[in-house]
Amino acid sequence: MTTDRIEKRILLKAPLARVWSAISDSKQFGTWFGVELDGPFVAGQRITGRIVPTKVDADVAAQQKPFEGRAFDFVVDRIEPERLFSFRWHPAAIEEGVDYSKEETTLVTFELETAEGGTLLRVTESGFDKIPLARRAKAFTMNEGGWEAQTRLVRKYVEG
Amino acid sequence: MRASTAAPVFAALGDETRLHLVTRLGREGPLSIAKLTERTSITRQAVAKHLRVLEGAGVVASSRDGRDGRESVWKLEAKRLEDARAHLEVISRQWDDTLERLRAFVEDE
Repeated sequence: MTTDRIEKRILLKAPLARVWSAISDSKQFGTWFGVELDGPFVAGQRITGRIVPTKVDADVAAQQKPFEGRAFDFVVDRIEPERLFSFRWHPAAIEEGVDYSKEETTLVTFELETAEGGTLLRVTESGFDKIPLARRAKAFTMNEGGWEAQTRLVRKYVEG
Repeated sequence: MRASTAAPVFAALGDETRLHLVTRLGREGPLSIAKLTERTSITRQAVAKHLRVLEGAGVVASSRDGRDGRESVWKLEAKRLEDARAHLEVISRQWDDTLERLRAFVEDE
């Protein structure tokens, strides 16, 4: 089993153009991802934003409180219209007051192709073996609770 | 695996020499400190020190070599490494959740 990369394949029942705009338009991306981004995606440029607060559920909002408004950013890598979108980020870099800029990043790639019944999306995140293991343990700790609560909320919001 | 038990494993592995030792034990099976020191520029003392850190995190364990009974041999504790790999599983599940949100978003029309 590799410890360096994660790969996901998902068949989306939507036209490729629709999926492409949901991924490559920063406003749409933020809607499902759960962030508020400050501008459009431009290849080779950093994009900044914040983890969005929720208004969907007061209980979960309370759990999620520690992560509300946390800075979020990544560097757009490649934009190949209707085919590929990629960025580099610091996985789970949501600890306040920590300078992540010197640390290694992982590369996240979204690849699209038309398939029977919709669009096949392949998402890979690679480069984990370069992330300091202490950081990975930290990410693990931080991810328990906060992100899961947020995930439930966003799903509730988009499906509700 | 809880974060509290995962963290020492990651911390112990967060060093090139220790990763190297773990890799060799994984590839070659139980080894003595003498064997682990062969063909490296690391001293026996340094290897012993790193092994103790790994032992503290439960990544390796030592036992007496039954063949000559004089020197300790060190072996990997596979279970702890499997636990460490579980970290990637957590990120993997987050991607599952994230992509379900994307699905809800693009299929909702």
